[in-house]
Amino acid sequence: MSALQEALDHQPENQKFWTELAEGRFLLKYCTACQRAHWYPRAICPHCASAQTEWRPASGRGRIYSFSISRTASPPYVIAYVTLDEGPTMMTRIVHSPFDALAIGKPVELVIEKGEDGIPLPLFRLA
Amino acid sequence: MAAVEHSYIVGAYEHPLRKAPDRSLAQLHGEVALGALADAGLSKSDIDGYFCAGDVPGTGPFSMVDYLNLKVRHVDSTNIGGASYILHVNHAAQAIAAGKCNVALVTLAGRPRSEGVPKGGLKRADSPAQPDYAWETPFGMTILNTYAMCAKRHMHEYGTTSEQLAWIKVAASHHAQHNPNAMLRTPVTVEEVMNSQLVADPLHKLDCCIVSDGGGAVIVTRPEIARNLKRPLVKIRGAAESVKHTAGGDIDLTYSAGRFSGAAAFAEAGVRPSDIRYASLYDSFTVTVLVQLEDLGFCERGKGGAFVADGKLISGQGPLAVNTDGGGLCNNHPAHRGGMTKIIEAVRQLRGEAHPAVQVRDLNLAVAHGTGGMLGTRHGSATLVLERM
Ligand SMILES: [Zn+2]
Repeated sequence: MSALQEALDHQPENQKFWTELAEGRFLLKYCTACQRAHWYPRAICPHCASAQTEWRPASGRGRIYSFSISRTASPPYVIAYVTLDEGPTMMTRIVHSPFDALAIGKPVELVIEKGEDGIPLPLFRLA
Repeated sequence: MAAVEHSYIVGAYEHPLRKAPDRSLAQLHGEVALGALADAGLSKSDIDGYFCAGDVPGTGPFSMVDYLNLKVRHVDSTNIGGASYILHVNHAAQAIAAGKCNVALVTLAGRPRSEGVPKGGLKRADSPAQPDYAWETPFGMTILNTYAMCAKRHMHEYGTTSEQLAWIKVAASHHAQHNPNAMLRTPVTVEEVMNSQLVADPLHKLDCCIVSDGGGAVIVTRPEIARNLKRPLVKIRGAAESVKHTAGGDIDLTYSAGRFSGAAAFAEAGVRPSDIRYASLYDSFTVTVLVQLEDLGFCERGKGGAFVADGKLISGQGPLAVNTDGGGLCNNHPAHRGGMTKIIEAVRQLRGEAHPAVQVRDLNLAVAHGTGGMLGTRHGSATLVLERM
């Protein structure tokens, strides 16, 4: 079993995120008490500690908060933090985008692609 | 009066080796423990408190307490990465003030150089059971590229440059040339740092710390015992710790938990950053030093670049000398953890036992500060304000 699959097995409360992502839908966790979205998804709202949280569809749009190109990896890849239009900032990878076109603040959009172990991941590309 | 004011660091020892293929991890912990005891003029039977972090073999303190055959009545294996040992000095002082122990031993050791380091950088997430694992590790998160993202954001918000970061390495290398045990003893230039391989934008190879074997230990005790020892008295005047994290997605990569631990430690000590002329600051990467200088209040937020430029961190060349042993960038970074060597060099400076070329004259206050874990995700900070009595 891959380490990611093992990690997912540790999080039954987040299974819906991954099954929906595999169907092409990107969900965010919202709190129905304080109405804020958070990242990473939790059963308990990290902002107000309410246990009343629910999944809602997300736009898959955001902007690059920061990024770095891991130059010594083969092939090199781009790790990033993206601030979603809904508010939270998430760690991700920027794909299908020329390195020299990347900049903090640039708009990006969701791409769902399988990672090394075949599990679909929420990635982004320049919009 | 703060409880921690009642304790002193009376023993400090840094292992002279930087590569130790023929020693076990337990042996290295044992050697630094004996070194610190000899420095303090105490014996093993005096130890009744033991402090260690995630670098010891086995679960918490068990195996090392057994290996050294200690009789302890207080143990603490709080693990906040490389900053743990600075936190341990704080916790030891609290335990001593509470009467839970009299002589506390803190050890760090590791042999990552002999054991080999994975190519492309260490992956830091410890276990798939962590709630954050699935949301970070699959994207290729490494220690290096998350610190790089912090540097990138700082440059974006404040105009910090690669050249300014390079000056931090230059200062460390100037100090390391005077340290016979340092792993890298050749001074480097800003150009050499900037022309070294770009490993994770904007960080170059020479923006990164070294990988070394070895370790260190310190001994903390109460004043009645400290005053009967022969070594100069180094008092723990202020101490604090904090944790910063991803805050439900409210990410700000431009500062560390040092903003909180620093302010609390200075408040407890009753001194200001401008009173400090020597600081040991964790230097996993050049950017780590820059962020901590701002967080501790040695310069204004966003002004770290100007504060470190033109060699101002070199002893004698600016208001604040930093990491006069050469730091983790050039001297020593045992077990990939920097906190212990930060304490040891601050103690040397306060005792007047740093190398004459880097010794800060008439020093009576110093700071030792560490960041453990990942600056760009979750980390702990610990700060000590130390005073020569
Ligand atoms: Zn809430």
